Amino acid sequence: MLVVKNLKVNYGKIEAIKDVSFEVPDGKIVTLIGANGAGKTTTLRALSGLEKTSGGSIVLDGVDITNREAHKMVPLGISHVPEGRKIFPTLTVRENLELAGWTIKDKKLVKDRIEEVFELFPRIKERAAQLGGTLSGGEQQMLAVGRGIVTGGKILLLDEPSMGLAPVLVDEIFSQILAINKKGTTILLVEQNAAEALDIADFAYVLEVGYTTLHGPAKEIAQDPRVREAYLGV
Amino acid sequence: MKKFNLPKLLIFVIAFYAAIQILYSTEIMNGYILHIINQSLIYVILAVSLNLINGITGQFSLGHMGFAGVGAYVSGTISTLVFKINPSSPNGMLIFILAIVAGGLAAAVVGFLIGFPSLRLKGDYLAIVTLGFGEIIRTVFNNIDYVGGPRGLLGIPKFSNFTTITIAALITIVVIRNLVESSHGRAMLAVRENELAAELVGVNTTRYKVLAFVIGAFFAGIAGGLFAHLLQMAHPTQFGFIKSVEVLIMIYAGGVGSITGSTIAAFALTFLSEGLRIGIRAIADATGLPIGGEWRMVVYSLLLIFIMLFKTEGLMGTKESKLIRLKEVE
Repeated sequence: MLVVKNLKVNYGKIEAIKDVSFEVPDGKIVTLIGANGAGKTTTLRALSGLEKTSGGSIVLDGVDITNREAHKMVPLGISHVPEGRKIFPTLTVRENLELAGWTIKDKKLVKDRIEEVFELFPRIKERAAQLGGTLSGGEQQMLAVGRGIVTGGKILLLDEPSMGLAPVLVDEIFSQILAINKKGTTILLVEQNAAEALDIADFAYVLEVGYTTLHGPAKEIAQDPRVREAYLGV
Repeated sequence: MKKFNLPKLLIFVIAFYAAIQILYSTEIMNGYILHIINQSLIYVILAVSLNLINGITGQFSLGHMGFAGVGAYVSGTISTLVFKINPSSPNGMLIFILAIVAGGLAAAVVGFLIGFPSLRLKGDYLAIVTLGFGEIIRTVFNNIDYVGGPRGLLGIPKFSNFTTITIAALITIVVIRNLVESSHGRAMLAVRENELAAELVGVNTTRYKVLAFVIGAFFAGIAGGLFAHLLQMAHPTQFGFIKSVEVLIMIYAGGVGSITGSTIAAFALTFLSEGLRIGIRAIADATGLPIGGEWRMVVYSLLLIFIMLFKTEGLMGTKESKLIRLKEVE
């Protein structure tokens, strides 16, 4: 279980995250929803060590992992799929996936996980020998998520997986996220597409200008009049 | 696991070595050509090691010849000193090897000192820092009287020859190729491709950037030492910015990231540059046109422009020759 308490992150003098607390129970999907600039991406970056925190704590399965370097977070069990895909463009799809298992000594495990990714995303399998940069936006997103699966660990952080995708692909990627979760992976999902995120999540937290304001089971949050008005446009 | 196809490569190198030796001893090939081959082989070391930094790890360095300069001056000073004390030392070859390695290590240390603080910089900024470093090194040599100042370091014993240079080039190719295919090499590729993503798959990006820089500098230092012991001198102008750019051109012409490409381009461009010198002089003599030897740089540059226009990815792209391709063994 991931427990985040009173997280604070500053960019210079600007307080991007003022007070964010949430929990991600094992095996669940938890989503952070909120408008642009609410601090969703910054929260994820702090969790995976890309951003230094200036207060609060991040505890994963009883281990305090606050403020470690990003590359040290991977062996601790954090797998972060960053915003905007960030695939390795001039390596093949297969090499992208193999590199995702860089810290794993057991190469058989990496192979098995790559097979798992291929099962989940048959389109990626078809393109295994193609260079990452030649994939379409949707395929790149699948590859990025696939890389997160190969990296593995205790929790998968997904940052805006639906960003820039055609509506039909958005549905596809959300159902795949649900499938990954059904196989036992704990997921923390950051989304602007609140409707879809709330639809697949177990719990939801609403972020507003650096604070967590509302939280509860995703179904209840989806019914909350404030959320419906501000994020669901109903 | 992947394993190096060493026998094939060895057979090729031995055949190459024997062919050149036979051609030379039967006087079909003169000493001038052999000298150019030696220079090409040293450029192979420089290009392959720069490729580790620029091509494999994606860090744009413009000061590679600065490291070669460190190697040249350090190894040159050591061997000159030793031979001044004892001109008829029976362990000449051993002293030479130690001096060359010392030059390489000195360059690696300097590489660490430059790389550690500056590899946080990206792209253009790193290029400017390394450019500045190369010029500093050149100016330092220019102003240390002990190593000859602007006259250069003279009287270095001639120990580099076709055999030693071939062995050094072979070792460089094998070591760097193995490194690239190892898990460390994969980490360097990840850094080149996307630093943030590399960090997120667990790669310590700073460490690998510094590592690539230090190893690259080490081999550049070795190359510099070989140059000094081939030309029997080290001169500040040999290690300036323009010379670094020449090596950079080799890796781009050969294909960024391809060790085979760097090797071929080092040979091709060294020979081209010398060939044009002869060719243009011949044309000038035959036609009486007022074209001097410097016109070769015009032709040379034009040829490079054509390579880049019609083969943007360089001669080899990212491909490698079968000779240095690794094969999968379980």
